[in-house]
Amino acid sequence: MSRRSLVLHLALLAAGVAAPFLFPAHAVQFAVFWIFVLFALTWDTMGGQMGYNSLGNILFFGLGMYICAVTQIGLVYDVAEYTASNGAIKIDFTDPQYFAGLALGVALAALIPVVVAAVLSWVLFGLRGPYFAIGTLGVAIAAAELTNAWNYVGGGAGIAMPVFPGGPGMRERFFYAACMIAAVSCYLFLRWLYGTRFKLAINAIRDDEDKAEALGLHTGRYKMVAWSVSAFFLGIAGALFGNMTGFIEPLETAYPTLTFGIFMVAMTLLGGKGTLWGPVIGATLFYSLREVTWTYLLGWQYVALGLLIIVNVVYFQQGILGWLRQRVPRWFEAERETAGSPGPGAGA
Amino acid sequence: MLDNLQILLSQPVFNLQLLLNGLSVGAVFALIAYGLGLVWGVTAIKNLAQGDLVMLGGFLSFEFAQHGVHPIVSLVPVCAIMFGFGWILYKLVIRRVIQLDLFTSLLATFGLAITLQQALNLVFGPEVRTVSSGFGRLELAGGMVDITEIRLIGFGLCVLLAAGMVIFMKTSRIGQAIRATAQDPRAARVLGVNADLVYALTFSINAAICGAAGTLIAMIWVIQPFYGIAYSVRAFVIVTAAGLGNLPGVILAALGLGVLEQYSGFVFGAQFQQATIVGLLLAILIWRQLALLRHRKALQ
Repeated sequence: MSRRSLVLHLALLAAGVAAPFLFPAHAVQFAVFWIFVLFALTWDTMGGQMGYNSLGNILFFGLGMYICAVTQIGLVYDVAEYTASNGAIKIDFTDPQYFAGLALGVALAALIPVVVAAVLSWVLFGLRGPYFAIGTLGVAIAAAELTNAWNYVGGGAGIAMPVFPGGPGMRERFFYAACMIAAVSCYLFLRWLYGTRFKLAINAIRDDEDKAEALGLHTGRYKMVAWSVSAFFLGIAGALFGNMTGFIEPLETAYPTLTFGIFMVAMTLLGGKGTLWGPVIGATLFYSLREVTWTYLLGWQYVALGLLIIVNVVYFQQGILGWLRQRVPRWFEAERETAGSPGPGAGA
Repeated sequence: MLDNLQILLSQPVFNLQLLLNGLSVGAVFALIAYGLGLVWGVTAIKNLAQGDLVMLGGFLSFEFAQHGVHPIVSLVPVCAIMFGFGWILYKLVIRRVIQLDLFTSLLATFGLAITLQQALNLVFGPEVRTVSSGFGRLELAGGMVDITEIRLIGFGLCVLLAAGMVIFMKTSRIGQAIRATAQDPRAARVLGVNADLVYALTFSINAAICGAAGTLIAMIWVIQPFYGIAYSVRAFVIVTAAGLGNLPGVILAALGLGVLEQYSGFVFGAQFQQATIVGLLLAILIWRQLALLRHRKALQ
C-alpha cells in the first residue's frame, strides 16, 4: 500500500469513527450507509468480478435477519408463543442475556447463510447469464413469500426485536459501530482476497467460463466460495439491520427484493463494477442522493429509481470509475503496477 | 389443506369449476407468453417488464371504462396506444441495449418494470381493480358450477387474437420479415430486411399484445399495479417450459399453468399462489439444468 493510499484510508476511517459523535442525530442513517457499502461490495464480488449477476442476494440479508431474531428470542423464550402474541409479550433481557444472544445470533446469521449459499450453488450455478439472474430473483421472492406464510416466525405480522438495554443514544452508537466494523472488515477482506489468485480465477470465469474450465479451474468451487463470501457478510448485515430497526417483517424489511435488492445492483453499476472502489463510491453517491432527494420526491422516488437504473445501464454503462479510467488513465497507473496486469474492463 | 383435497375427491364437479377458471386465465397467459417469446426470439431480449405492460394495458381499459367505453370496445384503442408506447420504449431504451450483453438488457427491462409499476401505483393507487363488462353468470351442472359469461367471451377473444397473430406472422410481409430476422438476423439484413424496423415492430406488437391481455385480465379477473411481476414470471415459466418458438407447447403450458394455479390456490390457500408460481419457475430451471448435466456427462 502506497503512502498516499494509506493516508487516504486512515482519513476515511477517522471520518467514519467521528461521524456519529459529530452528528449524533443521524447515527442511524450513517449506520445504514455502511450497510449499503457492504451491499455494493458483496454484490460486486459476484456481479462485477465473476460476471454472475444475481438479483436475489437479498435472500441472505433476510435469512441473517430472521436467524438472528429467532436465536435472540429463542434463547430465553418460546419463539412460537412470542410471535403469536404480536408483540404483546415483552421480554426483559438482562444485559448479559441480550449481548450473548446478539453475539450468538450474529454468528449464526453469518454461518447459516454460508451453508445455504453452498447448497443453492449446486442448484443455481448451472444457470448462466440471464437465467441465473431470474433464478436468483425467484429464490428471493419465494423466500419472502414462504416467510410471509410461516406462522412460527410471525408470518406477515413480523417480529418485535428485543429492546437494546443501554441508555438513550447508546443504541444508535452501538449499532453504528457494529455496522461500520462489518462494512470495513468486508472491504479489508475483499481487498486481501482480490490480491490473491482467487481474483484472477473469478475474473477468468467472468471473461470465459468454458475456457477457464478447460484450463483446469474448478469453476464450481470458485463460484461457491464467492457466493459464500457474499452470503457471510450479507447475513451479518441483515442481523445488525434487524436489531437496529427494532421490528422485522418479511416483505418490506427482510426480503425487499425491489428496494434493497435492486439498490445493490444500482449502486455497483453507478460506481463501476469489477473494481474495489467502484461499489464504495457508487454506494456513497447513491445513498447521499437518496437521503437528500428521497423525501422531496413525494412518492415518485421509486419511479426515479427505475429511471436511474435504465439511464445507468443504457447510457452510462461503465460507471463512474470506468468513466474516470477512460478519461484520466494516469490516475490508475499505480494500481496497474501493483496488480501487474491491466485493470479489469468495467463494462465486461 | 387435506380438507380441501377431500372436497375435490368427494365432489368431482368442483374440479370442473377449477378447470374452467384455469383454462380461461390460461388462455390469457398464453397470449402474454407468446408476446414474450416473440421479443425473445427476435431480439434476444428477455423482457422483465412484460407483466407491467400487461398491467398498463389493464389500467388503460379501466380508464376507458371510467369514461363509459365498454372494455371489449376499448380493446382497439388500448392496443393502439400500447403499440405507440412500445414504439417509444423501443426508441428510447430497447434499441440501445439490443447489442449489449444479456444482463444489461435484463436489467434495463427490470428498471422499466419498476418505473411502470410505481408510476401506475401513483396514478391509479394500490387498490385492486376490475372492469365490469355487464355480462351475467352462467350456471352449469345444476348450479354446482358457475362461470361468468365474460370468461367465456374472453376465452373466445383470446383464441381470435392468437389466431390473428399466427396468420399475420405466417402470411404478411412484415410477419415474414420478423420471422426471417429471428432465424438469422445477418442473412435477413443481407436480403434487404431493415433490422431496426423489424425490432421496433416486434417490440411494439408485443406491447399491443400485452395491452389486449391486460384488457382481458381486467375484465375476467383483477388488476393491481404490483401484480405485474407475477405475470412476467408466469410468462417466463411458460416460455422456458415450452421452449422458444414452440407455439403448441406455449399454449399447452399456459393452459396447464392456469389450471395448476387454480388447483394450488384451492388446495394450499391463496397466500401460496405467488410462491407456487415462483417455485414452479425454479423447478423448471433446475430441471433444465439436470437435462444439461446429463448432456455434459455424455460428452465426457
